[in-house]
Amino acid sequence: MGKTLAEKLIGEHAGKDVSAGEITLASVSVALTQDGTGPLAVKQLQKLGLEKVANPDKTVLFLDHSAPASRKELANDHMTLRKFAEKTGAQLSDVGNGVCHTVVNEDYVSPGDLLIGADSHTCTGGALCAFSTGMGSTDVAIGMALGKTWLRVPETIRVNVTGKFPPGVYPKDLILHLIGMIGADGATYKALEFGGPAIDKLEMEGRFTLSNMAVEAGAKAGLIASDNITREYLKRMGRGGEWREIKPDPDAVYERVIDIDVSQLVPTVAYPHTVDNTRTIDEAVKDHVKIDQCYLGTCTNSRVSDWAIVARMVKGRKIAPGMRFIACPGSRKVQEDLVKLGYLQTLIEFGAMIIPPGCGPCVGVHGGILGDGERVVASQNRNFQGRMGNPEGFIYLASPATVAATAIKGELADPREFASTLRSLGTVPMPHAPKKKAAKKKKAKKTARKKAKKTVKKAAKKKTAKKKAVKKTAKKKTAKKKKAAKKR
Amino acid sequence: MLIKGKAHKFGDGISTDHIAPGRLFHLRSNLPELAKHVLEDADPEFPNKVQEGDFVVGGKNFGQGSSREHAPTIIKLAGVGAVMAKSFARIFFRNSINVGLPVLICDTDKINPGDELEVDLTGGVVRDLTNGETLTFSPLPDVMIKILNDGGLAAHIQKYGDFNLD
Repeated sequence: MGKTLAEKLIGEHAGKDVSAGEITLASVSVALTQDGTGPLAVKQLQKLGLEKVANPDKTVLFLDHSAPASRKELANDHMTLRKFAEKTGAQLSDVGNGVCHTVVNEDYVSPGDLLIGADSHTCTGGALCAFSTGMGSTDVAIGMALGKTWLRVPETIRVNVTGKFPPGVYPKDLILHLIGMIGADGATYKALEFGGPAIDKLEMEGRFTLSNMAVEAGAKAGLIASDNITREYLKRMGRGGEWREIKPDPDAVYERVIDIDVSQLVPTVAYPHTVDNTRTIDEAVKDHVKIDQCYLGTCTNSRVSDWAIVARMVKGRKIAPGMRFIACPGSRKVQEDLVKLGYLQTLIEFGAMIIPPGCGPCVGVHGGILGDGERVVASQNRNFQGRMGNPEGFIYLASPATVAATAIKGELADPREFASTLRSLGTVPMPHAPKKKAAKKKKAKKTARKKAKKTVKKAAKKKTAKKKAVKKTAKKKTAKKKKAAKKR
Repeated sequence: MLIKGKAHKFGDGISTDHIAPGRLFHLRSNLPELAKHVLEDADPEFPNKVQEGDFVVGGKNFGQGSSREHAPTIIKLAGVGAVMAKSFARIFFRNSINVGLPVLICDTDKINPGDELEVDLTGGVVRDLTNGETLTFSPLPDVMIKILNDGGLAAHIQKYGDFNLD
């Protein structure tokens, strides 16, 4: 019988064949905690006299939720974690380095790994085809010390995604749409496995957004096969050698299969106070929801491509009167790229304030707490009552593009109005590319091919093929593909 | 094992932000202080009125959201004997077992606010002494029973020096 990704990945770490429903011990490849959950983990290990880590190179303590520290209690918690790292040899990702789920996937997680983290959004690592799941402090403490954990192998819901994202519609809209469809407990105890032609083409940054929000449907993991896009990402992060291909078996047994055609999707917003309380942007625009604060950041959407979308939309414009716009790069690496690409400058000129990489505003610790009755639209993953530090505040969740449109208009706005500045996905510049000549050439070829394809499409539409524009071979290929697609 | 107490009812989707909000992040290393605010964003009176042995009774998807183990820990510290709900979020459920807080899945619609309840943990029965209803709850997986009986995950590891789940 074929295996799902969850069964394959857990099986590798259990050292035996496993199937959904089984309970097993499994070896841990990477373990993480953050400053909200790490101190309790350390305390548990101290109590047990187990102040050690099984795998120091792959045990990472992040100081990101209150970074830099917002109160003396939290500064003291940071000291606890720094001391523990020093004592055990565990890795420390200190304040300013970034959000745990952004950094751990840039620097530590590889396909086939088993990652446990004392943070619910640890499921982000599923995008790299690692079995990644969130647990509490004690579970992760034991996992860190003994190098293993116990798991129930989850049943899997397969999400087959087809079609092409229309301009202004992004993976964030897809995942909000899915959660709205199946509910905030629609995948509780289960794994979500994203696949299909639209996922095969999706860049890693979009894949991270999908996996990140798996837990908002209650899922234990949000897994995506490891392919060439995974390989390219790892190469960009200087870890190309860690890549391997992992796919689910074609005859894997799924509990349920959900088909979504993204070409039919529209920008989607989750209204307060639950993530599954979704509306299309068309409905939201009719509601004239006045917004006080916009937030671009978090482990869901604060990578370079997210900023690129926002920068394109706000360039040369001014923020709506009375609006506050807080923007937070996901990591130091992202921040460096944003400087190089000029996006920080663009956002500052627009009227945004930039805060250091971290989680503060999204978890209600510091850096953007709402006043009573105020409304925020945020690129984050949660909108529970009180999430952003005030139970009297109202949180709307949306894509970075919708956040940007709203910052310009002053109320929930449709990013498709700015379609002329938005191109479809995959055209965002990706820094940290390998600087070797071969890679450059390859990239140049790819771009040339893309250009050629675009031209052919235009030509085919007009039915007046301009022979000069395109090489004959490229043209034939594309035309064939189009025909085949039409037949289907 | 029998526990007796009063039902404190909550609705669907009680999140860890209701239980242990982020605005009190700085109290996470001071759990007795954090426990004074338990569930106050869902019911401001709850921390004052909860008595030793009382029950938190939720609806669907209780404990959704963050992995913060502090959430079930402060419910336990407040004296709560067990949490019952129609369904639980996964991490909260696992954390509760790890900290030794019984979590029971049953049809909580039949329980009214303020009802006197008697829970038979081993027998798998909740008796509503106020309205006479008897509810059964699904048994825990064996692994979780073992961890809960040992007094939580840390106590389990202390006892065996390793996982001993067979």
